[in-house]
Amino acid sequence: MNEYLPVAILMLIAGAVGAIMMFVGGLIRPKKYDKVKSSVYECGMPEFSDARKRYNVRFYIVALLFVLFDVEIVFLYPWAVAFGDIGLYGLVAMFLFLIILVIGFLYEWKKGALEWV
Amino acid sequence: MMAQVAFYILAVLAVVSALGVITRENPVHSALWMLLTFFSVAGIFVQLGAEFVAAIQVLVYAGAILVLYLFVVMLLNPRAGGFIRMPAKYIIGSAVSIVVFFQIAITVWSSGIFKNGTIGPLPYAEGMNNVRAYGNVLFTKYLVPFEIASLLLLVAMIGAIVIARKD
Repeated sequence: MNEYLPVAILMLIAGAVGAIMMFVGGLIRPKKYDKVKSSVYECGMPEFSDARKRYNVRFYIVALLFVLFDVEIVFLYPWAVAFGDIGLYGLVAMFLFLIILVIGFLYEWKKGALEWV
Repeated sequence: MMAQVAFYILAVLAVVSALGVITRENPVHSALWMLLTFFSVAGIFVQLGAEFVAAIQVLVYAGAILVLYLFVVMLLNPRAGGFIRMPAKYIIGSAVSIVVFFQIAITVWSSGIFKNGTIGPLPYAEGMNNVRAYGNVLFTKYLVPFEIASLLLLVAMIGAIVIARKD
């Protein structure tokens, strides 16, 4: 487990750098606000709507489908590593798994969930 | 000793950040606290010798599922009138949490893990590593749960499309 000590130290340093920057910045920066300064900067253009508006539900579908296929790939990784030990049995097991997911994939393809319009 | 200190730091971090998730008014802040919870739990997984699960915890939970939560927050439009305030949600939430807690506690207790003394990683066979050992049992001994996982993914896939599409 000690080989994970550098990871822990790295995360501590990363967190500390962010915290120190915010703290020191808060101490030394001038605190003079006016209306123009506190307005939202949007590439020099005047803002035309609130950023916290409702997003299209399609973003949600894309994100959810991404997570599902992400999980599928997660299962492929230990399968590839252990393939030498489990052989044909493992191949059939993974095929069954993938066939079930391909059914879902074909369904969403036919339903047009992959298209944006 | 060192490992124990690390465990207590991670455990306290996990509980405190989980409290942050349920007490913040702003749902985006809740989601960011949840990120810290995921990382702390990943650290605990590393301590249990489950490096693969820890890596997946960071990649899938912190990377993908949290993004999904943020999408849901954006879909719900946090500015529009705030979130539902009703005392009943605390009662319902507490009741569900208590039931889930006892379910997990009874499962862990009846597995006899506490009677055998130490809780920690089991030693691997010669030439094994974490992922390989994991793959070996997942696709043989735990094949049925693995195949059921694919059905679960299929249901989630179809469910998402049915809910979110108009036709």
